[in-house]
Amino acid sequence: METFLTLLTRRLVARRPDLLRRLGTVVHVPIAIVPEDLPHAFLLSLDAIDSRVTLCGKDEIGDAQAVIRAPLLVLLGLLDGTYDGDAMFFSRDLRIEGKTEYVLALRNTLEEADLTPGEFLGLGAPAAGWINDIGSRVLAQARCLASAGAERRDKLSGRHS
Amino acid sequence: MTAASERRMELVCPAGTPATLRAAADAGADAIYCGFADETNARNFPGLNFSPEELSVSVAYAHERGAKVLVAINTFAQAGNTGLWKQAVDNAAACGADAIIAADIAVLDHAADKHPDVRLHLSVQAAANTPEAIGFYTETFGVRRVVLPRVFSVPEIAALNREIDVETEVFVFGGLCVMTEGRCSLSSYATGKSPNLTGVCSPPDHVDYAEDRAGRMKARLGGFTIDCFERGEPAGYPTLCKGRFSALGHTGYLFEDPVSLNAFELLEELAKAGVTALKIEGRQRGKAYIASVVSAFRKAVDGLSGGADASASIAALKALSEGGQQTTGSYRKTWR
Ligand code: SF4
Repeated sequence: METFLTLLTRRLVARRPDLLRRLGTVVHVPIAIVPEDLPHAFLLSLDAIDSRVTLCGKDEIGDAQAVIRAPLLVLLGLLDGTYDGDAMFFSRDLRIEGKTEYVLALRNTLEEADLTPGEFLGLGAPAAGWINDIGSRVLAQARCLASAGAERRDKLSGRHS
Repeated sequence: MTAASERRMELVCPAGTPATLRAAADAGADAIYCGFADETNARNFPGLNFSPEELSVSVAYAHERGAKVLVAINTFAQAGNTGLWKQAVDNAAACGADAIIAADIAVLDHAADKHPDVRLHLSVQAAANTPEAIGFYTETFGVRRVVLPRVFSVPEIAALNREIDVETEVFVFGGLCVMTEGRCSLSSYATGKSPNLTGVCSPPDHVDYAEDRAGRMKARLGGFTIDCFERGEPAGYPTLCKGRFSALGHTGYLFEDPVSLNAFELLEELAKAGVTALKIEGRQRGKAYIASVVSAFRKAVDGLSGGADASASIAALKALSEGGQQTTGSYRKTWR
């Protein structure tokens, strides 16, 4: 998994040198991305030739200069532009710690990257369109299920309180 | 004014990256404003903004879709060091920008002198709020449009429009700067940096958040705690004007709650007041915000001339607002 994500990230950075320019001082800086509903965290470090994605335990993110925490579906929605980062921050679905300037630079760079599954995998048309289509349908379905589950939980806790 | 109220108002939308500019153009913006990635731009945040090359490509994209591009070079040039600002004006003109939005007299003078064919809009940062101030900018630099500070009520805008002979643009949605723009030094007190000179209010390298075990989030600016949000309580931007403080046993917002402007219900009145253009705030926001807000307001503006009702699309924008709350701000002013 680590090797696969690292390889795809390096390819993306090689294809889109504009993204590194946009990142500015975040190049080399380790940033932890913590999906709250998964047991692991991702340590991301971006660089012209040596980008890395490392999988680690949530209590092993000590090196990270900034930490971004959110449920997995929110993180994926931020990656592909379905959700707005500020709105997720206002609603407290997205939480940040550490150096805010690094989080902002990364967030704005990802916005520009238009990181659909097809773009991340480096696919050309029509394969990219096909994968993006499937990806967005699966994610939409997962979001529906997640929000239905949350509503059910709210109702239940309302009944018991 | 009659002609202005009959004319369809122009929808001016924000873009912080080429991708958001494309989203704004695709969602039906009449004009898109953006800026360069340096101190000439009052939204000088990390990872945001355009290089001259990106601006050229983006202008072509917008023009193909019938949208204009307005370039904000709207901070105040440093005394004795105006080169960066003049270069930005030259770059914007070379990229094919339809207008330059500026506040500083040296910048306006350079643009008027060297690029007389490029429209000049007076930035909200100039805080021009009297017929005399506006007259000075129109007569001296040939300014064609004034972006009004967010301190007027609608009747005051109508009265002002009767006294001036220049287009006016007003904010209708997004984050609020509650002071008269260009004159707020709150960020400078806490961090040494301000939107007026360095292009950033509450620069992110002076902001940090910390959450305790109970889920309470402390927001700090320049080392000062400016708010503390309980678990699940909607949060806002870390600006001092929206700080919540405790004194003499009371805790409250000193200037303004975390809240966003939404003037949808006033669009008709604004048209009657002679407003030419409606501005959406949010160059720091993502594609999801831009696409939703621009398409909702596109519908709303078209709705004024017989298009479909936009109420449902506008209502959905509450989820994107700061603090999850909205206000009509000074347009329905109950204070002075
Ligand atoms: S502190 Fe508030 S009023 Fe002052 S410049 Fe910043 S956002 Fe505007």
